[in-house]
Amino acid sequence: MSIASHFSYAVTVFLMVAGLFIVIARGNLIKKMVGLAIFQTSVYLLYIAPGKLVGGTAPIIDDRFAIYSNPLPHVLILTAIVVGVATLALGLALVVRIREAYDTIEEDDILARDADAGRDDGQSG
Amino acid sequence: MRHDLVLRVIAKLLIPFILLFALYVQFHGDFGPGGGFQAGVIVAAAIIFYALIYGVEAARRAMPDSLVEIMLAGGVLIYAGVGLVGLGLGGNYLDYFVLDTDPVQGQHRGIFWVEIGVAVTVSGVMLKIFYMFASRGRDPE
Amino acid sequence: MAMAVVVVARSRNLFTVVVLMGIYSFLMATVLVALDAVDVAMTEASVGAGVSTVLLLGALHLCKSEETKPLRKPWLPLAVSASAVGMLVFGTLDLPAFSDPTAPIHTHVVPRYLNEAMRETGVPNVVTAVLASYRGYDTLGETTVVFTAGVGVIALLRRRRNTKQEKAK
Repeated sequence: MSIASHFSYAVTVFLMVAGLFIVIARGNLIKKMVGLAIFQTSVYLLYIAPGKLVGGTAPIIDDRFAIYSNPLPHVLILTAIVVGVATLALGLALVVRIREAYDTIEEDDILARDADAGRDDGQSG
Repeated sequence: MRHDLVLRVIAKLLIPFILLFALYVQFHGDFGPGGGFQAGVIVAAAIIFYALIYGVEAARRAMPDSLVEIMLAGGVLIYAGVGLVGLGLGGNYLDYFVLDTDPVQGQHRGIFWVEIGVAVTVSGVMLKIFYMFASRGRDPE
Repeated sequence: MAMAVVVVARSRNLFTVVVLMGIYSFLMATVLVALDAVDVAMTEASVGAGVSTVLLLGALHLCKSEETKPLRKPWLPLAVSASAVGMLVFGTLDLPAFSDPTAPIHTHVVPRYLNEAMRETGVPNVVTAVLASYRGYDTLGETTVVFTAGVGVIALLRRRRNTKQEKAK
């Protein structure tokens, strides 16, 4: 077990943590969605990298080749990519609605506005 | 607008080829990389390209909202329908080998229709989401 | 790709972020081709760099937001990220080495798919055969998920005709 054999995992971990950092450390909602997308792509790498066999080829059966890379992660990740973009679309639609309701997409401003609204309701109620 | 001219000409030249490529990817998904998802997204990308150059209204005339909504639901119905046909012909749900006298030919037919269903739904959804986003900003606040 | 991600994290201009995500998706597609995942690479390139970029630009235009707020010092998220790195690296130490033919994912059901796909389905592209035939239920579920996402966006963003008539009165 050396650096070379686990390099793909190192890249995956870096991308995953970078995506996680963007989600929790940045207040802009659209940036959070972008961070989530980066996180998802790191998971694609996590699944596909172990399926690759050096000396193999793409899993399309042909008489000229004998070794194929593993097709099963490809199937799972194909589904995951399309579901990921569906999630991104729904999330962005929610962000647009939040923008129309609060007139801002910064998390701090939204929380402050909710706190003000809560205080006003408490005082008038 | 004169500086739009290059974009419009290039778009008119490219969009038929993009659609043709989408059909190629769809039907050659059996023999090379490709399949329903990629083809659906490429079709949606071609029409979004048209909408970006010529305006969403022109794209709406070419692909009206009702057609897109029918595509949305129709793809899933095609997929589920293939399953029901398998059920009706004597196998389990989504069995392909009962679709023809030769089981391998039945697999081909099943995969063909299933991929078409997937492509129709994916392109419909991507296009509808683009229409929703593009027309939201137009309505008066 | 690492550089693209770092600039995405630090940049305050959202348009830069969207363009960089497009570049990042293309780089990811290239890496996927190098890993022999040609179907996935095509999907990632078209979906990640195409549709995803268009949706982000559309949302950006609707939100009319170009800049994010100035950064506070993100000490707590950095600490959380560092501990996440530690835990993940510790977790991946035991995973199989890169390109190891005896890894479990190569030995259970995949040899059957690779050997029998031509004979049972007559389709050379094993990924399509598995996606549409061997694992057809999963693809039906995924198509339904995509449909549901479309319906969800319609439900969220459709303007109700009543409000326009009310405003006219």
